[in-house]
Amino acid sequence: MSKNNRIQQLFQQRDPDHKIMSLFITAGYPDPAQTVALIRELESSGADMIELGMPFSDPLADGPTIQNASKVALEQGVHMDSIFGMVRELRRYSEIPIVLMGYINPVLRYGLEKFFQTASESGVDGVIIPDVPPGELPELTGLTDTCGIDPIYLVAPNTSDERMKTIDEYSRGFIYCVSVTGVTGARDGEEVDRSVRKFIQRVRTNVTKNPVLIGFGIRSHKDAMNISKEVEGFIVGSALIDVIDKYYPHEDWIARAGSFVKALRSGEKTEIAE
Amino acid sequence: MNSMTTQQKKASLPDQRGFFGQYGGRFVPEILVPALDNLNNAFEKALQDENFRQEYDTLLKEYVGRETPLTYAGRLTAHYGKAKIYLKREDLCHTGAHKINNAIGQVLLARKMGKTRIIAETGAGQHGVATATVCAYFGMKCIIYMGAEDIRRQKLNVDRISLLGAEVRPVESGAKTLSNAINEAIRDWVSNVEDTFYIIGSAVGPHPYPRMVREFQSVIGKETIDQCLEAEACLPHHVVACVGGGSNAIGMFSPMLEFEDVKLYGVEAAGEGIQTSRHAATLTGGDPGVLHGSLSYLLQTAHGQIAEAHSISAGLDYPGVGPEHSWLRDTGRVAYSSITDQEAIDGVKLLSALEGIIPALETAHTIAYLEKLMPETDTDEIVVVNCSGRGDKDMETISKYMPS
Repeated sequence: MSKNNRIQQLFQQRDPDHKIMSLFITAGYPDPAQTVALIRELESSGADMIELGMPFSDPLADGPTIQNASKVALEQGVHMDSIFGMVRELRRYSEIPIVLMGYINPVLRYGLEKFFQTASESGVDGVIIPDVPPGELPELTGLTDTCGIDPIYLVAPNTSDERMKTIDEYSRGFIYCVSVTGVTGARDGEEVDRSVRKFIQRVRTNVTKNPVLIGFGIRSHKDAMNISKEVEGFIVGSALIDVIDKYYPHEDWIARAGSFVKALRSGEKTEIAE
Repeated sequence: MNSMTTQQKKASLPDQRGFFGQYGGRFVPEILVPALDNLNNAFEKALQDENFRQEYDTLLKEYVGRETPLTYAGRLTAHYGKAKIYLKREDLCHTGAHKINNAIGQVLLARKMGKTRIIAETGAGQHGVATATVCAYFGMKCIIYMGAEDIRRQKLNVDRISLLGAEVRPVESGAKTLSNAINEAIRDWVSNVEDTFYIIGSAVGPHPYPRMVREFQSVIGKETIDQCLEAEACLPHHVVACVGGGSNAIGMFSPMLEFEDVKLYGVEAAGEGIQTSRHAATLTGGDPGVLHGSLSYLLQTAHGQIAEAHSISAGLDYPGVGPEHSWLRDTGRVAYSSITDQEAIDGVKLLSALEGIIPALETAHTIAYLEKLMPETDTDEIVVVNCSGRGDKDMETISKYMPS
């Protein structure tokens, strides 16, 4: 299988009733030595795709949960090469699509070209850089094309129809739909539901090239099903990290994270999924 | 006084996308893109709006107390026995620093845009005080983000902000200083983008902030040119300003950029020395990167994580710098250098003793720089130092360096 097409294949081969579940974790959090084991558990619990956060000292679009995860990962010495190492190790066992997500400065420091080449060689499939809107770094488009890395961009409720079309043009793989205006962080289900309906209709009208995943604020199976009715799937980040925070360093913290993910997928209650 | 015309004449930089050469831009989450578009449109409109200009100029005159004097520093001049030294007295602005020039401009813009909630970051507290002041004047809700470390060392300003009716939100992340306060203010803006206007206090941040702050601060340089011409019938030969994010410096420098014979000097904080890791000399000791929405020089680790800055002066204690300063550094139009904490303290003492002016610790870096600059000057030359703020807020810190 060509490694470039894992994300595209995932969506092509999707059963229409199956919602893609993409999970965000911060690379190296809570323990760099166990990130690969955690991803494998998430995959076997039903994850379709992993967004692996590249920690940054100044994550200005993230709430307290991911800020803390980034801080802990950095304190343990996580950097770009160790993240690529995790992906390479994972690729010995797994073909799950991997999207790296993080702020631009560490990427620039690593070297833009070297970053995309190494990402490609390591088995990364896509990249989300939330502080680089489409077109802001023109060289990005060429590099993602030549390296076969899918550039994934965000749309927000305040994104205009016209801009959604532009973002759709720039994106490949999927569009990351930010459902609630704000920084990352889990919110209660009702708020998510209210704010989202009209916005999704607009996204469906204007985004025609790429599939759509919705993130920011999903805590439960019910949230996920409500929010992803009209789109291809959903993304869970802060709520998963909250579960990890709750059980780490308990010896079965990875299994507990897995149970949470199974419950997200199935809706069946486990003792930790509220 | 018409304070907003010079930049329009030579509106080449920043370009349409907010770049000064390779520096600047708009590196922000998608949620902020429409907000920045709206802000840019409103700002462009305001620049063309005679009523807006009049309102701004009237407030500067009747509320801030402009124009501020250009004071001849006779004893300081005699001390060096070289060029004549003048001080541009931004310390005499209402609230005690240049920050209010920009706060007024941005609050007027916020009102034009129908925003009801104002947020701002502050380091030394001067921008927080200025913003809280203008919000009190207009009866607007105001929230100031301030690092917990800065709250400790700038207690007087925290009390002033509270008295003015604004809420101070302590920021506990990172080094608990200016940079962390900006992160938190941006997070607030991302979450409340519909009703909130973020007043950035320095010439940093995504486009159009660096340009907007420059425009609202350029009154400093324009007045200085007129005053120097009147007093000496010539332009100054040397102009010195301190640089943290760089708002007072860009305000002083930008009207002078076109006059090639005017030598410009930006002074950064060397903290405990730029050979140590404890400094804030971004342009002297940093590398280009992206922080707080723009590409500029910044202090960072080998892995591209933002390094903690250090300076005795909270207003200079910032690991980034405005993108136009990065451009001016690379083109060589402005010479940037740095002054240590100890030298700055000596600067406070010197200006206090010789001129009866207690400068802010930020400003003291420019006074200290005279030790290096003055021997290079001639007796028939003019030096202007931008006296960006007064030192009352720093007395607790300064007291520790006084003989007991």
